[in-house]
Amino acid sequence: MKAQTEVLNRRCVEAAVMTGLALNCHINKKSLFDRKHYFYSDLPAGYQITQQRLPIAANGSLTYGVFMGNKQSRMATKTVRIRQIQLEQDSGKSLHDDLRSQTLIDLNRAGVGLLEVVLEPDLCCGEEAAAVIKELQLILQALGTSQANMAEGQLRVDANISVHHPGEPLGVRTEVKNLNSIRFLAKAIDHEIQRQINELESGGEILNETRSFDCKLGCTVPMRDKEGKQDYRFMPEPNLPPLVLYDSASLPAGTESQQVINIDQIRDALPELPSATRERLVRRYGMLPEHSFTLLNEVGLLQFFQNVMKETRAEPKKVTSWVLNTLLGYLKHHNLAVSESPVTSSALAELLDLLDSKAISSAAAKQVFEELWKGEAKSAAQVVSEKQLELMQDREALEQLCQSTMEGHPQVVTDMKSGNPRAINKLIGLVRKATLNRADPAEIKDILERLSS
Amino acid sequence: MSARALWLAFRSGLGGRQAFSTKVNLQGSGRITVEVIEHLERLALVDFGSREAVARLEKAIAFADRLREVDTDGVEPMESVLEDRCLYLRSDNVAEGNCAEELLQNSRQVVEEYFVAPPGNISLPKLGEQESFQHS
Repeated sequence: MKAQTEVLNRRCVEAAVMTGLALNCHINKKSLFDRKHYFYSDLPAGYQITQQRLPIAANGSLTYGVFMGNKQSRMATKTVRIRQIQLEQDSGKSLHDDLRSQTLIDLNRAGVGLLEVVLEPDLCCGEEAAAVIKELQLILQALGTSQANMAEGQLRVDANISVHHPGEPLGVRTEVKNLNSIRFLAKAIDHEIQRQINELESGGEILNETRSFDCKLGCTVPMRDKEGKQDYRFMPEPNLPPLVLYDSASLPAGTESQQVINIDQIRDALPELPSATRERLVRRYGMLPEHSFTLLNEVGLLQFFQNVMKETRAEPKKVTSWVLNTLLGYLKHHNLAVSESPVTSSALAELLDLLDSKAISSAAAKQVFEELWKGEAKSAAQVVSEKQLELMQDREALEQLCQSTMEGHPQVVTDMKSGNPRAINKLIGLVRKATLNRADPAEIKDILERLSS
Repeated sequence: MSARALWLAFRSGLGGRQAFSTKVNLQGSGRITVEVIEHLERLALVDFGSREAVARLEKAIAFADRLREVDTDGVEPMESVLEDRCLYLRSDNVAEGNCAEELLQNSRQVVEEYFVAPPGNISLPKLGEQESFQHS
């Protein structure tokens, strides 16, 4: 086995350019590599290659949505600036075994390429950070540059937090690591903000330190080994020349295409980003922005929605409502993912067709859904006939029923004629009962009003 | 060869670009203070245990300082000796691997497929407290 110096993987550069473009960054046609020196057992070489002087991309932005208010009914759009994106090497992974006073080192990921995205301090709370990371995950997944699963370490987030009075400069920051999920990220940030405020208000001071989020305790604690400011002794990486990128105008003639990266080519091949997908949904189906966010945020929900749309005649607004309210409501209540839904998109499409053709009422449709949820492989039509939920199609029979109900309750009819709104509702209720709930209330009302005029 | 300026890793801040965060302040007389020695020892895990070692360090710095005599007005700093070369990009194919067993044999102590290291970083004792180390 021979020793090798570092070699840059082409796919890493492409991924960096794609991510930079998706985040509206300026792509630096020339970027440089540096060594960052520090001693730690998971860094065998004693240094990490990174891009400290001149990273591959800089000065971008990420637009995200935050739900406003308690009921999460309104959406506000905010933007966070991207300071830079840099390529660097990963270190190994340490597992601390305090019992045996040792650290176990896994070097499988050491040297693998990483993309670090650095944001400007434009965020004010855990909720904003969570929304930003969620959007970043969706973007990376759409690009195919990362699955961005935090629990599996595919996306790692470190938060830098400080507090200050309005109008004053930024306060001393702490860095919080060990954030394994979006939920913990938001919790840790809000906790740390409060901790800093409490500390300062009681006359203490904030140390520029690294802290770890302890999910069991629900708070941040100082990390050992990371006390004091580090001196990384940055120096240019001697083994890697500058990384030069081209666009269609500057592409050198006669060079091997494997060795050349064309920014314009990458830009043209970018897939649809989440923000564009959401805009398309709002435009095409007339749904609210909030709905488009929910459809994208829930894994598999957009695909489910699109499958139903393909198979049903029902209006998009109806489909949206049933998918986001009914289906999602049931899924959340039973803590299931979309992929685990006992009601398939075909079943829901069939149900919505029955509703659309007025074969069943809204109330009946809800009952059918509940029955379908049991997952007994019955179709919507089967459930309807088994439970006799079909709407009465015989208009004449319905009219007769209304007539006889009115004759049976003359006092209520008088009240109705004198304008009492509760009277007509009572009559509607009586007729519905008589039809065993197989008549549409709106139609009954229609007939009653006509008969009484 | 055209005149170029090289950035030394331990050059003190001269204003302008603060590309490197090292803050080693050199006294005009070329003497290295105890604080500087301590700092360098922690950064580089080098032992300056003897007076000769410190003197050698001072001579090395003086030798490198002669670069200051070069007139670099109007000259762009060089990034690295490789700056005119092409960075080779390798294609995203797995060419080797599956040698975990062989690599683990490099270590005296392993636990399953993990290398074993002491718990975290062991901090050096302060210069005044330490016994004199033996040079290897």
